[in-house]
Amino acid sequence: MSEYTHQDHTGQTIGLIKKQFFTFASPPDGLKLESGASLGPVTIAYETCGVLNPDKTNVILVLHALSGDSHMAGYYNPKDAKPGWWDIMIGPGKGIDTDRYFVICSNIIGSCAGSTGPSSINPETNKEYGTDFPLITIGDMVKAQKALVDHLGIKSILSVIGGSVGGMQVLEWCTRYPDRVRSAIPLATTTRHSALAIAFNEVARQAIMADPNWNNGHYYSGQKPDMGLAIARMIGHITYLSDESMRLKFGRKLQNRSALSFEFGAEFQVESYLQHQGNKFIERFDANSFLYITKAADYFDLAGQHGSGSLVKAFSKCESKFLVVSYTSDWLYPTYQSKEMVKAMKKNNLDVSFCEIDARWGHDAFLLPSDRLDNLVKGFLRSVSNAG
Amino acid sequence: MPADPLRYDLKIIASWIKPGSKILGLGCGEGDLLHWLKKEKRVRERGIEIEESKVAKCIEKGLSVLQGDLNEEIKDYPDHTFDYAICSQTLQQVYEPSNLIRSMMRVAKMGVVSFPNFGHIKVRAQLIFTGRAPVTRELPYSWHDTPNIRVLSLNDFEKFSEQVGFKILKKAAINTKNNQRQGKRVNFLPNLFATYGIFLIGKE
Repeated sequence: MSEYTHQDHTGQTIGLIKKQFFTFASPPDGLKLESGASLGPVTIAYETCGVLNPDKTNVILVLHALSGDSHMAGYYNPKDAKPGWWDIMIGPGKGIDTDRYFVICSNIIGSCAGSTGPSSINPETNKEYGTDFPLITIGDMVKAQKALVDHLGIKSILSVIGGSVGGMQVLEWCTRYPDRVRSAIPLATTTRHSALAIAFNEVARQAIMADPNWNNGHYYSGQKPDMGLAIARMIGHITYLSDESMRLKFGRKLQNRSALSFEFGAEFQVESYLQHQGNKFIERFDANSFLYITKAADYFDLAGQHGSGSLVKAFSKCESKFLVVSYTSDWLYPTYQSKEMVKAMKKNNLDVSFCEIDARWGHDAFLLPSDRLDNLVKGFLRSVSNAG
Repeated sequence: MPADPLRYDLKIIASWIKPGSKILGLGCGEGDLLHWLKKEKRVRERGIEIEESKVAKCIEKGLSVLQGDLNEEIKDYPDHTFDYAICSQTLQQVYEPSNLIRSMMRVAKMGVVSFPNFGHIKVRAQLIFTGRAPVTRELPYSWHDTPNIRVLSLNDFEKFSEQVGFKILKKAAINTKNNQRQGKRVNFLPNLFATYGIFLIGKE
C-alpha cells in the first residue's frame, strides 16, 4: 500500500491517539508458528479509538497492509504533519464511525513499527534477529492478533476490516476463528497470490538481497540495504497503480525539463515519482520486514491451508456476514479473484455482499477518499450491529 | 431507516410473500422491494444487481446484494436455498428466459415474475396505426436502444409456462399510473387492458 493519504476533507478527526504495547508468549512458551518454529516473547503494538461498550460488542478490528502500522487514524502529537494511514475512513461520523464503534488496529508481527519482527532484539543473542527471525505466515499474524483480542477481554468482534494483505488477514480471521467474527470486509484482496503477484514480490526481494549492504540480513550495526529497499518499493508502487492512473498522472511528461537530456537521470516524471516513493520508504521501513511480509503474502493460500485445496471447503467453517469489495483497475488483485471468493461463499450459503467499485486508481484505490466505499462500509456495519 | 412506501406492482408482490421467508431478488435495482420486505416481513434477503451504483445503494440500506449478471450469479446457489426467487420487471431483458426460470425453480420453492404487457391495447394500436415499433410508458425505448429484448404478453407467459414446465399459482393483471405508485387490478380482458402482469409460479 502507498504512503498515507491526506487529511480528511471533512476535518473530522479522532484527535490524539497513543501507541500501546502488549507482550505475551514469553519463553519457554513462545508463539507456535505455522512453520513449526516458535517465537517468544512476542510484542504487539496497537492503537484503539472510540469507546468500548459495556458488553464489548462494538469492536472493529482494522488490519493493515504490507507497509502499514497500528497508526490507523488521528495524531500522536498535535504537531504531526499527517494523521494515521486510514484517517479518511476512521473517525466521528466516518465510514468506521468512532462514535459507535471501538476500533483496534495492531501492527502485524514481522513488521517494524513496534511489533516483534526481524529488527527486534533476539533475547538469545541480545542482537537484532535479522534473518534468524523465523518465517511467518498470515495465519501467524492473525494468531498473534487473537492473543491481543483475548488480552483485551473481547469475545466477539463486530467486524474485521482490511485491504490487500490486510484483507488476507480478514479472510484468515473468518476461517481460523469463525465463532469470534460476526462480519468481515475484505477489500481489494485475494485468497491467494497469482503468479503475477508472486513475481513482483520476488523481484522486489531480489533487489533487497542483491544490495551489498544486506549482508544476509544482518546489517543493523552497519549500512542498511537502502538502495535495495528503495527499488523494492518502486516495484511495489507500479503494482499499486494502474495503466490508466499512470497515464493520467504522468503520461510521458518530463521532470523539471522541457526536452530529453540524453543521460540516465530521472527524466520522466514517473521515474522521479518512483524514486521519491523509494527514498521516502527507506526512512520508515525495514528491508528484512519487507522480505518477511511479502513472503507471508506469497505463502497465503486460503484453500490450501483451510480447505485441502478447495475454496468452498475453506469457507465452510465461516459464519460471518461478508462485504467483499474490489476495484475495476486493480491489476494486482483483479476482480476475478474477489469473485472467486464470493462464489465459494455463496456455495456455502454465506451472507455475502459484493461490489466492484469503478475506480481508475488501481490497487491503492481503497486508501483514497471515496464516498462510495465510506457509504458501503457504513451501511454494512450498521446492518450488522442492528442485527444485534 | 424505515422502508419507503412501495410501488403498486411491488405491493402486490410483497402481499404474496410469507413473513420470515428467504428471498432472492434477481435484478433487484436499488433494493426497494427487498428493503420493504426485510423491514415489514422480516425476510432474509439476497439480491443480484449488475449496476455498481444500484448495488451500492442496496448495501448502504443494509441489504445483502451482489454485483453481477443474474444469469450467471444464480448458478452458484445450492438447490432449494430460497423460498422465493423474484424477477421483477427484468425477464424481458434476459437473453435466455427459460434457463433463468429453470434456475429460479432450482434455487427456490416459488418464483415471482413480472413484466410489462406487450399485448396492451396501446401497443397494439401503435403498431397498427403508425406501423412502427411501439414506444409506451411501460416500454419507453426505441427499437435500437431498448434493453427489453424479449417483449411478451400475458398470454405469451401462460403459453410459456406449458412449454418450460412450471405452474402458475397466482396472477395479477394490473394497470398503473403515476409512475406506478398507484394502480388497479384488471379483470376484464387483461391481455388487452393490463399494463403489467405479475405471476407467482411453482414447480409442476
